[in-house]
Amino acid sequence: MNLTQSFKMAIKSISASKMRTFLTMLGIIIGVCAVIVLVSVVQGSTGSITESIESLGANSINVIFTGRNSTKSVSYEEMVEFLDENREYISYVVPNMTGNGRVKYQSSNLNSSVVGTTPDYLTVKNRDIQSGRFINDMDVQKRRKVAVIGSYNARELFGFEDPIDKQIKINNELYTVVGVLDAISNSEGGSDDDTVIIPYSAGRLIFRTSKIRSYVVWASTAENVEEAVDRVERFLYSKFGDEDEYSVISVASMMDTLDEITGMMTILTAGIAGISLVVGGIGIMNIMLVSVTERTREIGIRKAIGAKRSSIMSQFLIEAALVSCLGGVIGILLSCFGTVILGNVMGIDAFPSIFVMLGAFLFSAVIGIFFGWAPASKASKLNPIDALHAD
Amino acid sequence: MKDVISNSEYMIEIEDMYKIYKMGENEVRALNGVNLKIKPHEFVAIIGPSGSGKSTLMNMIGCLDTPTSGKYYIDGNEASQLKDDEQAAIRNKKIGFIFQQYNLLPKLNVEENVELPLIYAGVPLAKRREMTKTALERVGLYDRRFHRPTELSGGQQQRASIARALAARPPMILADEPTGALDSKTGSEVLNMLKELHQEGKTVILITHDNKIAHEADRIVRIMDGEIVFDSSVDGDKSQVNV
Repeated sequence: MNLTQSFKMAIKSISASKMRTFLTMLGIIIGVCAVIVLVSVVQGSTGSITESIESLGANSINVIFTGRNSTKSVSYEEMVEFLDENREYISYVVPNMTGNGRVKYQSSNLNSSVVGTTPDYLTVKNRDIQSGRFINDMDVQKRRKVAVIGSYNARELFGFEDPIDKQIKINNELYTVVGVLDAISNSEGGSDDDTVIIPYSAGRLIFRTSKIRSYVVWASTAENVEEAVDRVERFLYSKFGDEDEYSVISVASMMDTLDEITGMMTILTAGIAGISLVVGGIGIMNIMLVSVTERTREIGIRKAIGAKRSSIMSQFLIEAALVSCLGGVIGILLSCFGTVILGNVMGIDAFPSIFVMLGAFLFSAVIGIFFGWAPASKASKLNPIDALHAD
Repeated sequence: MKDVISNSEYMIEIEDMYKIYKMGENEVRALNGVNLKIKPHEFVAIIGPSGSGKSTLMNMIGCLDTPTSGKYYIDGNEASQLKDDEQAAIRNKKIGFIFQQYNLLPKLNVEENVELPLIYAGVPLAKRREMTKTALERVGLYDRRFHRPTELSGGQQQRASIARALAARPPMILADEPTGALDSKTGSEVLNMLKELHQEGKTVILITHDNKIAHEADRIVRIMDGEIVFDSSVDGDKSQVNV
């Protein structure tokens, strides 16, 4: 007997009891659907996190002095010296002092984050100026109290007024606004548009220290990031002699960490959802065992008229696999809707990947065969006389 | 399975066959040293009351069971200790079964039921359809081939099961109480059909508890307590069976 016949027989007995077939499939449908939806949503949310990390710039390396012994630091001049020795690998070094300031203009005021830095900040953060100018080297050298404000600050403090050359107070120190940054996010409070940038040398009072606690180092190319990180680490080790005093984090290494985490998340969610697939498989085995008992007489008749063990075996095995695969297909279709709906609800771009779908389908087929094996084997070994005399 | 060439003058040869069931301490001898030879083209009735061992004997002849001891040759080939699948092949090629309860598969229509032994024999589709048609026409059910068994009368169902027994063109028909569930009129129709098959050259073995039906056969074998107590081919006229 060939496979085509086994398929026909299996399809016949599946379609003969549609309700039961559907209920048997339900476990697989839910399992497949859960695997695909969960994995897609995890991957989708990973995508949006990745995007925001990538916006930091692939060449950027963050250096933070973390030591509890806060008296130690590396001055900007030392960093520039280091930069000059490593021009091949490093293009910019930018101080990144941060603090909070109460920003006032006439009667309006708001709390903003204040960044103390140098002119290259504009390049490494990939920002632009909307009006006026950015801080320049002279501002830094002369410790001029000038400020470049974000679009949010400009709108909130000045309204329709032109902010350029106006005097604002940051923590009661007078600063002159020289420029406005272009808007890059939604121009809301707390966003990248809510920021005030001043020369790092001018902000001693705001940052309550003259020591720079953080730099952004910009590798010359994305390929050189690794080497640049190495060199920065070696340089800092020669300064501090203790790895715990600083941390050097590249966007690339953050991405690696993120990939690792999301990889684990994917495996975890797929594993949990996979358990429901296995449970679905046990459901199939259960129903198939019942079905073999119910169809003892049918099996007896088939054997009496010449069905071999392999014929009976393949008929029941294909039946189980078919139920499982059909459940897999329905689960895949449902998961497409489920992923899009859930993605919309969560506000992320989630699409079921073809590999996950393929994997889930293959897994459901394997489960059908695996859990169909025992019932099929039981059916094939029935004694035809006993089977014939069954009610 | 390859076609085995007949190398014996007997279709069926049973030598000193025992079938013993152990029921706890007790031993039940369903067959107690049975010897039986049936030539090709014979029409034999095996009779006996229930519990006599005739069903066990039928299972042995039909290759549905293996004896505890003794030999069984079918068409000259030893068949007493075959494996499951080898028995299945012999059932498929050599024997057409007709059961009291018809034993048609309820979810298949008449044509699919009749086709089934041919599917298991691996006959290709076109040939299969042709052989199915021949068998269905033979029993006069070709126009009802798309009906389910439940849509047919008892007599029609039994005719369908005869068509299934004939489909693979086996040399032997093994009928187990084929008229048991039928009224006398349709019963005699079925019986006539068996007679015709015999006249066409098939070996027909009929198992029954009814003497009247048994008398339609050419030879009567009576079994009692697992032993053959009368065989008209040895013990003379079949009319003496009642004695």
